[in-house]
Amino acid sequence: MNGKTLFDKLWESHLVRENEDGTSLLYIDRQLIHEVTSPQAFDGMRLANRSLWRTESNVAVPDHNIPTKDRDKGIQDPISKLQVDTLDKNCDSFQIKEFKISDPNQGIVHVIGPEQGLTLPGMTIVCGDSHTSTHGALGALAFGIGTSEVEHVLATQCLIQQKSKNMLIKVDGKLKQGITAKDLILFIIGKIGTAGGTGYAIEFGGNAIKALSMEGRMTVCNMTIEAGARAGLIAVDQTTLDYINGKPFSPKGELWELASEYWTTLQSDEDAVFDKTIEINANDINPMVTWGTSPELVVDVEGKIPFSTNGEFQPTLDYMGLEMGEPIKDILLDKIFIGSCTNSRIEDLREAAKVVEGKIIADSIKLAMVVPGSGPVKEQAEKEGLDKIFLNAGFEWRDPGCSMCLAMNADRLESGERCASTSNRNFEGRQGSGGRTHLVSPAMAAAAAIKGHFVNVTTNWNN
Amino acid sequence: MEKFQTFTGVVAPLNRANIDTDAIIPKQFLKSIHRTGFGSNLFDEWRYLDHGEPGQDCSNRTLNQDFVLNQDRYKGASILLTGENFGCGSSREHAPWALADFGFKAIIAESFADIFYNNCFKNGILPITLNKKDIQALFENSESKPGFSLNVKLDKQSLTDPSGNTFNFELEGFRKDALLKGLDEIELTLSFEKDIKAFEENHQKSQPWLFTE
Repeated sequence: MNGKTLFDKLWESHLVRENEDGTSLLYIDRQLIHEVTSPQAFDGMRLANRSLWRTESNVAVPDHNIPTKDRDKGIQDPISKLQVDTLDKNCDSFQIKEFKISDPNQGIVHVIGPEQGLTLPGMTIVCGDSHTSTHGALGALAFGIGTSEVEHVLATQCLIQQKSKNMLIKVDGKLKQGITAKDLILFIIGKIGTAGGTGYAIEFGGNAIKALSMEGRMTVCNMTIEAGARAGLIAVDQTTLDYINGKPFSPKGELWELASEYWTTLQSDEDAVFDKTIEINANDINPMVTWGTSPELVVDVEGKIPFSTNGEFQPTLDYMGLEMGEPIKDILLDKIFIGSCTNSRIEDLREAAKVVEGKIIADSIKLAMVVPGSGPVKEQAEKEGLDKIFLNAGFEWRDPGCSMCLAMNADRLESGERCASTSNRNFEGRQGSGGRTHLVSPAMAAAAAIKGHFVNVTTNWNN
Repeated sequence: MEKFQTFTGVVAPLNRANIDTDAIIPKQFLKSIHRTGFGSNLFDEWRYLDHGEPGQDCSNRTLNQDFVLNQDRYKGASILLTGENFGCGSSREHAPWALADFGFKAIIAESFADIFYNNCFKNGILPITLNKKDIQALFENSESKPGFSLNVKLDKQSLTDPSGNTFNFELEGFRKDALLKGLDEIELTLSFEKDIKAFEENHQKSQPWLFTE
């Protein structure tokens, strides 16, 4: 008999029952909730007069609609305000723990889960949000669900699921100086495509993954959904344990000993068989920039927009206002966004601050903004003086939230504006109707702010 | 959920790959706290020439006449025919809500994104996967023959065009069952209450740190 993959182990340890029709009932340890995908689920609970199965397994935070400035004035958009108020009311009436807008620990749901120790290895974690894959970086089985399933978990603590297939993406070698987890995951998406992982849970392994910090691993798992896989996974190692130890909600004392002993077993067996294995050489990767309206349309910053003879790129190029053969470094930018559940953690901000320190953003940049992922990230950054570095360079320093990743609040691109963004999706209209998004790492976005166009941060770019 | 019935519907072709849920229903409409009313904003950025905002009366907006759903010949279409990886991106169930509210009962594509695919079944929409060759044939027919329709028989897992050509599709038994019976999945899961409680008890014994709050 073959060994088990990490995904197999997590699946089997949460299996309540296998149904005759080939589906399984899977137990869910943690449900994270935000304001956009939950109101209808709570409504459903009330309509059917159902109560929560396990109240304390649910944790909520408003993040998508939250203003990132002048927060003391409240939410100006009445429809956004109603949605956030509805979350508050639902959490109050169902007695769910919520980090309200005024809570110093409020932030993007996928930032605060790990930060608070609410995300732990070995857990099953769901949220009505596709970027729930982020939490797999800690050796948890985490995936996004729809609102009907949010309600299902509220009422039953379970989901009816069909097991995904196993994929291993093995990244060996070493990332070059200045190349980040963001470049790595963009490179991977470019290689396997946005549907490459459909039907799979993807485990990331290999030396280059082991060498990543916990936050870098979260960036990789976060964008697994952009490769089509609902769940991304990374085995537990000392980096994982060191990250979790001492977090507000992580186990302490004897429970820590017990938990950490179990968590170290959370890796694929050596003889585990994957349905598909993809090997990537980390040495090959340069800073990556997306040029189209799908994350798979990505090239190296030293490259050009590719040629296609069958016209398949024309709609995306028309939308982006670009031409085939155009060098990436010639692309001029209007706005810079550093933030989102992909890249708004402290290491991301340090990386960007290092690039902008002592420099000023280009005159042609209309707005450059940094939106920390959470209250604690913001506080830590201010303690380190990063806010001053950004402000002195001409960036705006905002309050935590999803912000211009999806522009549900006031932060958005105007039609035709072009943005270097550290977020995860470059879809049409994602950052604002008619807006044009280029996905990059925090350092690349920061350098683009200084020069007004893309540069290769691994070179002597500011000369 | 209502039981899925056999029906015949006009096929609207939207020949594009990787249509994401942001395109299906743009973010500003996600601010609604209700499950209904999304149909008039389905594909909002492609369907209208102006920018839409929630709560707006869409009957006065300028339509993009080039967009397939605005063409008279596809009026009342209940089957959407589209490219591969349909429904990628955000997990928003507002996407199937908008499609169902508009009147789509079935979507035919070469492939679907996982979360969207799953969400369809919770809302009485049948996502049908066909091979490239069949999809190509359907695109040609729906574009060249005004009023081209298909008869969708879920129990037989078949699509039949007016000339009698039949296309069969694969579907897992449990998904078919859920649609045909209009199952309340929560009710179904709660019928296993004892199993869940037994699991939970063991789980707590083996991983007590998960139950400390």
